[in-house]
Amino acid sequence: MASSTSAYFRGIRAALPFLLVVAPFGMLFGVVGTEAGLNLAQVMGFSVVIIAGAAQFTAVQLMQEQAPTLIVLASALAVNLRMAMYAASLAPHLGPAPGWQRILIAYFNVDGTYALSHMEYEEKPSMTLPEKVGFYMGTATVICFPWYVATWIGAVLGASIPAGLSIDFAVPVAFMSFFAPALRTLPHVAAAGTAILLTVLLQWVPYSLWILLAGAGGMIVGAELERRMAK
Amino acid sequence: MTGWSDATIWLIIVALGMGTFTIRFSFLGLLGNRALPEWMLRHLRYTAVAILPALVTPMVLWPNATGGQTDPARLTAAILALAVGYWTKNAIATIATGLAALFALQALGI
Repeated sequence: MASSTSAYFRGIRAALPFLLVVAPFGMLFGVVGTEAGLNLAQVMGFSVVIIAGAAQFTAVQLMQEQAPTLIVLASALAVNLRMAMYAASLAPHLGPAPGWQRILIAYFNVDGTYALSHMEYEEKPSMTLPEKVGFYMGTATVICFPWYVATWIGAVLGASIPAGLSIDFAVPVAFMSFFAPALRTLPHVAAAGTAILLTVLLQWVPYSLWILLAGAGGMIVGAELERRMAK
Repeated sequence: MTGWSDATIWLIIVALGMGTFTIRFSFLGLLGNRALPEWMLRHLRYTAVAILPALVTPMVLWPNATGGQTDPARLTAAILALAVGYWTKNAIATIATGLAALFALQALGI
């Protein structure tokens, strides 16, 4: 078996637990979108064309609040701006890939595929480019395709999912499982702690821009602490 | 959806899709083989551990499901999940702890 193929299957294995999260998260979007009055094609359009859970929820919530179209777009894109940082962080590893692969990589760049792949690349610096791409596509297979199916199921089943199940909580727990295992050093912990503190302090900032401000603050503290500790 | 024409809804979907793809392609597409400076790489190493906690914090402290009211059960379950994730470095354990803890706490009526 080619090393890129075995890397692909390692990516699938690494991402499998996240099915437990992608499934309820996607269904939740299907339910919320349908209850907000979107038809099936529109709900699926969100999940296939945008394929970014947090931004999809942000957009639908603002549309329900009758926010102006420009605010809906700006807020949802602000939520996604973190993916520019993911792209930059993947660039040293996947940047040399052919153009068509980078287009696919970009389309599938979500929190789960990014976090799992980046963690893998840091742990195994000897990986070749085809292995890195293979691993990434493995995580995308498990995280992105079921996203469409789960959205469809949620939209079709709709309100028949019992409210007492608290499936909303799958969302923060999923995000925590993306970063908690990555907290390996003191600078990592300091970055996360700073981001949490800034998030609480900056909630007044409009258009969800606090996400970027708090994230940038955490990154600066983490990087600066790493630099000082290396001296 | 009340107040939104089908055309506007599709406009939003397509605009968000194109905008999101542009964001995702950005550095990956433009930089290609070129190496980033060390100071930038150092900051980028902290992207996930800074942005994701920022995204999660309001969901835990002020969940939509409770109308933005802090819910002791969700908060406790989240802290437990974070602690287990930190100590075990295991994603499944993190998710299982969070969901099981919330289920247990709600069953206890907290």
